[in-house]
Amino acid sequence: MKFRIALLPLATAVLLLSAGAAEARDQLRIVGSSTVFPFSTAVAEQFGKTTSFKTPVVESTGSGGGLKLFCSGVGTRTPDITNSSRRIKASEIAKCADHGVTEIVEVKIGFDGIVLANSKASPRYTLTKEQIYRALAKQVPVDGKLVDNPYRKWSDLDASLPGVKIEVLGPPPTSGTRDAFVELAMEGGAKQIPMLSELKATDKQAFKAVAHTIREDGAYIEAGENDNLIVQKLEANPNALGVFGFSFLDQNADKIQGSRVGGVEPTFENIASGEYGVSRSLFFYVKKAHVGVVPGIQEYVAEFTSERAAGDEGYLADKGLIPLPAAERSLVRNSAGGLSLLSSN
Amino acid sequence: MTDRLLPTDESAARHLAKRHAAERRFRSYGASAVGAALVVLVALLGSILWRGLPAFTSHEVRLEIHFDADLLDPRGSGDLEVLGRGDYGRLVKLALRAKFDQVTGRRERRALSALVSSGAAFELRERVLAEPGLVGTTRLFFLPLSDDADLFFKGGVDVSTREADRRLSDAQISWLRVLEAEGRIESRISRRFFISGDSREPELAGIRGALVGSLWTLLITLLLSFPTGVAAAIYMEEFAPKNRLTDFIEVNINNLAAVPSIVFGLLGLAVLLNFFGMPRSAPLVGGTVLALMTLPTVIITSRSAIRAVPPSVREAALGIGASSLQVVSHHVLPLALPGILTGTIIGMARALGETAPLLMIGMVAFIVDVPSGPTSPATVLPVQIFLWADAPERAFLAKTSAAILVLLAFLVAMNLVAVLLRNRFERRW
Repeated sequence: MKFRIALLPLATAVLLLSAGAAEARDQLRIVGSSTVFPFSTAVAEQFGKTTSFKTPVVESTGSGGGLKLFCSGVGTRTPDITNSSRRIKASEIAKCADHGVTEIVEVKIGFDGIVLANSKASPRYTLTKEQIYRALAKQVPVDGKLVDNPYRKWSDLDASLPGVKIEVLGPPPTSGTRDAFVELAMEGGAKQIPMLSELKATDKQAFKAVAHTIREDGAYIEAGENDNLIVQKLEANPNALGVFGFSFLDQNADKIQGSRVGGVEPTFENIASGEYGVSRSLFFYVKKAHVGVVPGIQEYVAEFTSERAAGDEGYLADKGLIPLPAAERSLVRNSAGGLSLLSSN
Repeated sequence: MTDRLLPTDESAARHLAKRHAAERRFRSYGASAVGAALVVLVALLGSILWRGLPAFTSHEVRLEIHFDADLLDPRGSGDLEVLGRGDYGRLVKLALRAKFDQVTGRRERRALSALVSSGAAFELRERVLAEPGLVGTTRLFFLPLSDDADLFFKGGVDVSTREADRRLSDAQISWLRVLEAEGRIESRISRRFFISGDSREPELAGIRGALVGSLWTLLITLLLSFPTGVAAAIYMEEFAPKNRLTDFIEVNINNLAAVPSIVFGLLGLAVLLNFFGMPRSAPLVGGTVLALMTLPTVIITSRSAIRAVPPSVREAALGIGASSLQVVSHHVLPLALPGILTGTIIGMARALGETAPLLMIGMVAFIVDVPSGPTSPATVLPVQIFLWADAPERAFLAKTSAAILVLLAFLVAMNLVAVLLRNRFERRW
């Protein structure tokens, strides 16, 4: 009698296999960037509440991971939409095509500013991109030669900067925020140094290696993917600077302040107008083959691009998304509404 | 006489004093180790409680809501479909504007309606759908405040900072003070936290979805790992011959117990999702992966519990003519059960706290609906904690700690069951 219990795993196994057969899906599945995640989930929730469709499931897998899942094929077992904090790469489009995902709709949703911030207990920093590069790169040119980064204090870079140790808390290499920071701030700074811009013209690979490698001698501290943690650490250590997304500065403006980069303060308006230089575009990609198979895709896209979501005063702006300029918004809305395909150039 | 047995010379007495001192020192090391552990535990629990308790209450505002028939159901059809499409957000805005009729201008009005949560409109909609007779009447309702306004009443907004650096403007704070002075603001136990799923608005976010997800996942884990593990343990201990093959299996089980959990997640992704085509984010798959992870623990503890049953019990049963099966099912298994259950609960407790293997199979996700079964998308408690800890809104800080408290309560409840079961079945020789 007691051994009847042994039949339980068998029964469960049967249930498991039968679940595999259930193919149809009436719920949108979204994967991708952790930067877009807070915005995508806000739209998903609103969409679920205001329409008769089920609330989409949104996974935070990172931009690269999301595109990999997205490109793994067509069919209800693959995601319908992937969020990305960068534009899809040509190699990824090719990979998608290999697996039969040929029709992709790109939707640009707005900008995300990356800020360098510190505690309000200390004065606000004003940095140039070149100074950011010099402060954080592993190797910098000094007197026409590349040497290991000799700068220890901010005042070593420029006499106008405070005489405190260079200490920057930022995300690890797996993070998209870090990629964007390196590309926009550090590479941007490296290009301004004549010796490195010559290098770029002759040897792109070598230039990238120099511009993209962050120092490992303790001045740049990898503080994990959790931006809240960086904010807390900045409060505890007034000498440190932190690198994270604008929405965290927006939520904690009573405790921390964003450094001016190139003389421009990272405010909502400055990022939206493009004056603040360290910002990137955010996207999501839709699998057109799923439109009509999984219900609600077009309606979700319409909600995301609507004025009340992505507009200047939409609820996404409240969440920290920097909206596109009005003209570009209506362009995106039209092309996304018509599901215009990504041209493969 | 005892005097004579004691050493009388000086050196022996000194030696004795030294030994006693050593013992006292040893005891004090032990006591201070326990003390240090207690201090750390109290500090940890204290900080979580201190931060998390505010999340169990929320501030609500009492407003007269006029269910304007022209707005909700202009034709008076009473059709639920029509009522469902009504503009309930407007009802809330109108109620606020009626309260502060001196507020004009688009910006100010936006700031005013931002004080009440966007969830208020959905709650009114639910009410009307449940009771269509409300249309045309005016009623008093408690509506949730927005997270920033709630935080203000919980002391989370520093009024002395610059207006631009605050989430609430001076005007918003003065409106909140007026509402408070009129006795319209009340702090209530937050029901929403226990009855709703996840949300991007901190004041609406609830733990129910993750709790139910954890329950389903653990149920699957238990159903798979307990019978399989116990059966394997009984066979290995009582029936299996001792040879190279069984030794090899034993070594492998012990090794499996030490495999990092993410590896099981990768296995789940490759085999369950990609090969068998099971749904992503489902407790069924999560439970299976966690069962694989728990299985070695269950087998190892069950085997040692079975081994602890005295051989005399088996021999006596065999001696009066019981078959091997009867020996096991009538005597060994009931006697070993308390130990087996303890081991299983420990394994389950570990499974409850796992997030790494679930990442691979899509359970680290934003899911609003409370899961309705083992195949509907779900997340689990530790994942919910992780997601909230990562959210930019400051009110999620308290939610994170509150979710940790719920997870701890879940764990304590599980351990309590283990203790009760053990006390009930335990037999001493």
